[in-house]
Amino acid sequence: MAHWFDECALRRPRGDGVVGMTTDPLTSQKVPVGRRVFLGAVALGALGVVAGARVQGFVADALGSGLGGLLPGGDRFRIYSITGSYPLVKPSAYRLEVSGLVERPTTFTLADLHAMPRTTMVKSFQCVTGWRVPDVHWEGVRLSHILEAVGVAPGAVAITFESYDRADTESLTLDQAHLPDVIVAYRMLGGPVSVQHGGPVRLYVAPMYGYKSLKWLSAIRVVDAVQPGYWEQNGYPVNGWLDGTTGPTNPDPRLT
Amino acid sequence: MAPTSAGRAPLGPVRLLRFDSVQRVAHWVNAALFLTLIVTAIPLYFGSLFGVVMPRFTIEQIHLWVGIALPVPIAVSLVGPWGRRMRRDVRRVSYWTRDEIAWLTSLGRTAIDADKYNPGQKLNTILVAASIPVLLVTGVILKWFSYFPLSWRAGSTFVHDVVAWLIVLDVIGHVVMVVTHRGSWTSMVRGTVSERWAATNSPRWLREESPTTGPPEP
Repeated sequence: MAHWFDECALRRPRGDGVVGMTTDPLTSQKVPVGRRVFLGAVALGALGVVAGARVQGFVADALGSGLGGLLPGGDRFRIYSITGSYPLVKPSAYRLEVSGLVERPTTFTLADLHAMPRTTMVKSFQCVTGWRVPDVHWEGVRLSHILEAVGVAPGAVAITFESYDRADTESLTLDQAHLPDVIVAYRMLGGPVSVQHGGPVRLYVAPMYGYKSLKWLSAIRVVDAVQPGYWEQNGYPVNGWLDGTTGPTNPDPRLT
Repeated sequence: MAPTSAGRAPLGPVRLLRFDSVQRVAHWVNAALFLTLIVTAIPLYFGSLFGVVMPRFTIEQIHLWVGIALPVPIAVSLVGPWGRRMRRDVRRVSYWTRDEIAWLTSLGRTAIDADKYNPGQKLNTILVAASIPVLLVTGVILKWFSYFPLSWRAGSTFVHDVVAWLIVLDVIGHVVMVVTHRGSWTSMVRGTVSERWAATNSPRWLREESPTTGPPEP
């Protein structure tokens, strides 16, 4: 280390005649730009955390749906899967098994679902981790219509949902399942539900966080008690209402 | 620039230490961590790519723990007796002359007696340093989200994404500058630059290191 400098050797007396006082030539007569820019940038980051949701709204509007799907700030889905891969189910091979405490256990094909009364809605998808995609187009069959078709037997209290990924499960109380904006969706974003988004058929529970909207729906079982699903076993509220409340029912008319 | 004046030795074969071993190790560990974070961020950000190489959960865990380790190399290089040169460079990067501020605000059109790092490099260092706590804190909010209000989670997602994109652009720019500027790569690998390199790029620093060598003060 031939050029290793002894810091003290650089502390020369100031040229302005102050005897005995030493200063660092690196800092004297200079502006602490670094500290200001550093703290300013960190403060901007903190502001973004607190106010970023609103900024993101403006950015998303400015970008539109095309670019917004790629750039930060745009309205974009973040694709999650528990297993690390997607279960590939051909639409023609798709089956939805409805069983448990029902009068007529039934297996629905995709064509069967298409033949049932159709519900469409435009509603946001809100993930519990913070991201949100507004104005998503959804299309499918109300869960209440399916329950009506199979006939709920006495003693039924809740529903357990299963996924083709063999890992994810979800639950709803029977009352929640009868909400008008809880649907078994076969179309979203203007086309058939893609495999990434949980196609051919997924659940969409509009008044709750996204984790309740189980993807690759394979079975609906009517049961006599709420069985917490995969995410609930990992710490998420069983009743994931968008307003943050966790009771089985929600008094907010905007949610229910 | 005036010719070499009396009392100043001509530029010789001596090489100056630009980055000591602590700084070089800190740089390369930091670079490896940032690179790992960028590579693992790609499938996390573009959902269609996940599962191609390894499951999302594995990628997420790597991203999480590497992210938590991100401040370590720089923090370690700053403390202790080994961090003297690093701390000196932090002061150097932080304190600017009026000329340096003018150089930056005029986008390089004014004259400058360049320090060890030019104002552009200094600004870049400050912003990359600021990005580390911002990425760390927003990342922590995203991971342990249940302790924070929903609007903060949304804001953190936004900030984390935007800063990450800026870092990607910065890394690309960094690599372009290294490729187009001879001597900079060697200085971060072997630690040294030639006196001629210093006279061209960092005359003020050259006078500081070798007060009797090279061109006189402007």
